[in-house]
Amino acid sequence: MRYSAFSIVKNALSGNLKWKPQWRQAEPKSHYDVIIVGGGGHGLATAYYLTKEFGVKNVAVLEKGYLGSGNVGRNTTIVRSNYMLPGNEPFYEFSMKLWEGLERELNYNVMLSQRGVIMLYHSDGQRDAYIRRGNAMWMEGVAAELIERDQLKKMIPFLNYDHARYPILGGLLQRRAGTARHDAVAWGYARGADRHGVDIIEHCEVTAIRRENGVVTGVETTKGFIGCNKLALAAAGNTSRVGEMADLKLPIESHVLQAFVTEGLKPCIDHVIVYGGGHFYISQSDKGGLVFGAEIDGYTSYAQRGNLATAEHVMEEGVTMIPGLSRVRVLRSWAGVMDMSMDGSPIIDRTPIDNLYLNCGWCYGGFKATPASGYCFAHLIAKNDTHPVARALRLDRFARGYAVDEAGAGPQPNLH
Amino acid sequence: MASLITCPHCGVRPKEEFTIRGDASLIRPAPTASDEAWHDYVYVRANPRGRTLEHWQHVAGCRRFLVIERDTFTHEVHSVTDGAAFARENGR
Ligand SMILES: Cc1cc2nc3c(=O)[nH]c(=O)nc-3n(C[C@H](O)[C@H](O)[C@H](O)COP(=O)(O)OP(=O)(O)OC[C@H]3O[C@@H](n4cnc5c(N)ncnc54)[C@H](O)[C@@H]3O)c2cc1C
Ligand SMILES: [Zn+2]
Repeated sequence: MRYSAFSIVKNALSGNLKWKPQWRQAEPKSHYDVIIVGGGGHGLATAYYLTKEFGVKNVAVLEKGYLGSGNVGRNTTIVRSNYMLPGNEPFYEFSMKLWEGLERELNYNVMLSQRGVIMLYHSDGQRDAYIRRGNAMWMEGVAAELIERDQLKKMIPFLNYDHARYPILGGLLQRRAGTARHDAVAWGYARGADRHGVDIIEHCEVTAIRRENGVVTGVETTKGFIGCNKLALAAAGNTSRVGEMADLKLPIESHVLQAFVTEGLKPCIDHVIVYGGGHFYISQSDKGGLVFGAEIDGYTSYAQRGNLATAEHVMEEGVTMIPGLSRVRVLRSWAGVMDMSMDGSPIIDRTPIDNLYLNCGWCYGGFKATPASGYCFAHLIAKNDTHPVARALRLDRFARGYAVDEAGAGPQPNLH
Repeated sequence: MASLITCPHCGVRPKEEFTIRGDASLIRPAPTASDEAWHDYVYVRANPRGRTLEHWQHVAGCRRFLVIERDTFTHEVHSVTDGAAFARENGR
């Protein structure tokens, strides 16, 4: 069913009892052309574009939990394309453009809100670094604005401008950036993929990858063996474990990132604000809760829960930036397990096994990438050829000496 | 993880006194080793879900490097050894 004003009125008049499920509860067939492991945003977007854009038929998405139970439903929903490196910026801008058309594309309200993302700076050196980043964005045709302190004070009066150690001197603003409703992104892509015939199979964990004569022939799952011509991995924080099933050696560590939401407040924070003095970032959800997070816990982790000391540190940073936050109650906190790659950038590539494809290493930033990641991964799987904007994100970049290191932190994942 | 780490030199201390450097199971290749060996050492990680060895430094204490065996799922710390002692024991 297509959603429209008419369908809403019609369903309202029949007591909202006649809405159909958004996707079928599919049972696995014995064989697929393409199997995608992971029913997160990336896996579902890949399935959608594979069938819709590249005409591949007979596709399944296997998800070990329920759809959207991974990081797609755990993130802080920020979408932006204010990256600096030429290997990254065109990719994230491609994603931003897809976001801008996504509601129409999917006929689904993903609640994209281009409220602007502003990154604060606290020193002359940091201002120069942000000017450089802004210029790098302009060079790729992406608008960026440097906001000086006086102007910023008018826009965002409640910040702590006179902090002794981290006075706020200004910020770099991308107006087109903002937030989107994370669950709706997963559901919208799932519904779209389902409409193009994709089997979305929940509660189906991949436990082994079967290979014959050097090619993948299918996967063992908790619902039995399922054969395939091509296997695509989009397992976010569990990439190393799934990769191990095919003896892949990967430049990935799993790290846990926490997020928090407060009680609902009247509208008070109009933008996404990122605190350059640390790594704190905050926005207000449409329900009114303040959504925020900061850095990863620092050590590798597969536990979907965080460390209390990190939670305390996040609060400290938040209150340093916005003193008024100390009066607000936190309702919930949660954590997600993410792939941290050795250069902080993602990997979309073929693997040494010809019919095995890899999508991983999204670190902090994979939600904003969901549309472009799905599109580029589908392009790769369908054509066996890298999409132009994902060219710098290949797996062999480390061996070739072309790491894409936005943070300039070197091969240490917990510093990205 | 367990929020306490027992430093062999300083005793039981909060985890916040320590910083982590990462995987301690890797062995540095010889300078003349192949590009592949160096690539694996610098970039490839086993990343197990379970027990792992890590370098931590007791920065707010004795400043020694330690090797900690930790479970990446339960966050339990199984053993803490002085870094130099660990290297000697393992013939590094
Ligand atoms: C707290 C937090 C805040 C974040 N904030 C942002 C943000 O503001 N902006 C941003 O751009 N990014 C953010 N991110 C990062 C972003 O959420 C991720 O990079 C992105 O969601 C990963 O892609 P995905 O949606 O496909 O992953 P997931 O939703 O995790 O999908 C992977 C799926 O694979 C499944 N799976 C794993 N192993 C198997 C198996 N063996 N068999 C079957 N299925 C399997 C998992 O169950 C999971 O559902 C944040 C992450 C966290 C944790
Ligand atoms: Zn000590």
